[in-house]
Amino acid sequence: MKYIVAIVQPSRLEAVKEALSHIEVFRLTVTDVEGIGRQKGHTEVYRGHEYKINFVRKVKLEIAVDDKYVEPIIEAIAGSARTGKDGQIGDGKIFILPLEDVMRIRTRERGSEAL
Amino acid sequence: MIKKAFVAMVIGFVLATVMHTLGQSASPQTAVGDSAKSAIVAAPAPAPAPAPAPALNSGDTAWMIVATALVMLMTLPGLALFYGGIAKRKDTLNVIAMSFVTFAIVSVLWVVYGYSLAFGTDVHGVIGNIQKFMMSGIKVDTLSTYQNTIPELIFVVFQLTFAAITVALASGAYIERMKFSAWILFSVLWLTFVYCPIAHWVWGNGFLAKLGALDFAGGTVVHINAGVAALVGALVMGKRKEMSLIPNNLVATVTGAGLLWFGWFGFNAGSALTASGLACAAFINTNTATAVAALSWMATEWYFNKKPTVLGLASGAVAGLVAITPAAGFVNVGGALIIGIVVGFVCYLMVAFVKAKLGYDDTLDAFGIHGIGGTIGALLTGFLADPSINAAGKGLFYGNPGQVKIQLIAIGSTIGYDAVVTFIIFMVIKAVVGLRVSPDEEMAGLDQTSHGERALGY
Repeated sequence: MKYIVAIVQPSRLEAVKEALSHIEVFRLTVTDVEGIGRQKGHTEVYRGHEYKINFVRKVKLEIAVDDKYVEPIIEAIAGSARTGKDGQIGDGKIFILPLEDVMRIRTRERGSEAL
Repeated sequence: MIKKAFVAMVIGFVLATVMHTLGQSASPQTAVGDSAKSAIVAAPAPAPAPAPAPALNSGDTAWMIVATALVMLMTLPGLALFYGGIAKRKDTLNVIAMSFVTFAIVSVLWVVYGYSLAFGTDVHGVIGNIQKFMMSGIKVDTLSTYQNTIPELIFVVFQLTFAAITVALASGAYIERMKFSAWILFSVLWLTFVYCPIAHWVWGNGFLAKLGALDFAGGTVVHINAGVAALVGALVMGKRKEMSLIPNNLVATVTGAGLLWFGWFGFNAGSALTASGLACAAFINTNTATAVAALSWMATEWYFNKKPTVLGLASGAVAGLVAITPAAGFVNVGGALIIGIVVGFVCYLMVAFVKAKLGYDDTLDAFGIHGIGGTIGALLTGFLADPSINAAGKGLFYGNPGQVKIQLIAIGSTIGYDAVVTFIIFMVIKAVVGLRVSPDEEMAGLDQTSHGERALGY
């Protein structure tokens, strides 16, 4: 089992969700996150004073799957999360982590049964 | 290119407005109506020629009840949201609590002794006497001596709402570091020793009223007063640990600004104390100056910072409301336009450049907007007061240069007295309960450390 964590641009969330549902992946967790990376921050101006905002808004997706689904899922995310034609700095990353065990709280099922 | 066209447009607009207003001074337009002529002109001021038998006028009374309720809305939730939305998220509730508790404190003190000190029988031009302690002598059918067609009881509450918002305005300079107990003590002392005397000088038959100072709804009494107290307090308390001003919720701020604008119709048009043409003149002037000040601030900011901000629109509108306050019942619409344009431009420069140069930490620009805006309004009233709007006020542009001098005396005495007494009050508070929370509490946020709450939960 693998735990896939993807950080993507907020504007691509709908497209990524769409691409995942095409390959019948319907179980994912989404969080609003902020971070610093190679994409530069921006400035905001309040009452004439400029503030540098280093943290950039992103969306984090988390998906727990059996090994065989990993490749189609990361393909679907990578294919749908790019902005512009060739993608840009700041489009995010996908992390694939080993997943030791899972438990469904309601039934106490374990392992891939619980996914 | 766009920038040049924009600047040219603004300059053209200002010139056209000035020409128009001056043109009106040569051939005064007809008065707003007979009711305005006979109405009490300078508000609140004594009735010049009392009608044969003073009797309650239900139109005037109904309007004053509504106007009073409108002004209440300005403090809570208007100012509380306007300020609370700009503050840091960890201090939002504390900022709201400051406006809230002040409205409650002033409400109590005003009916006990505040009204009597400000509007009681004059003692040597400086303070009212204490005969109206606990509303004594004011019966249900007693008519106000300041406007003998309305009950004195509604005049008391109307003035109460003014006193409350004036104190609450000053909090904008103190937030994110002041002890809540210190703020409560400030509310009590400052209302008693600064607001009541100055309200008496200008509106309660005190020496500035006798001198002929024009202040329709509170440029000196409310805005210069609160603004100077804000500056003195900010200087005494010193800077915050985190000097940024990054709003936590601009939607709340804009909601608050909208409620201030709405409530201000009660503040300014209500200051006519009658349901009259004069009230309507104050109403239209208030809306005009506010709208044009929002645009003027926006244009200035667009020019200097490349973007028109929503906080800028809201701040410009509030600056316009402040500046038109002393002038609302004295100037014509051209005058209101000039006041709005000037205040939006100058207040922006004040908060964006001058504050940074001088280095004081007036967190929410209570001085930059209320102190400066109030001064601009009070001074320009001396130039722009049009006797065809209100016979009680004749400015320099209408052949009365002396009015500017009187306005300067009123501005100067308010600033001087306010600065000295506010400083003394801060020293007393420092000695009694201390002024600032600890640095740790400040960093953790005052919502949690002073109140044990947070503005937004799960």
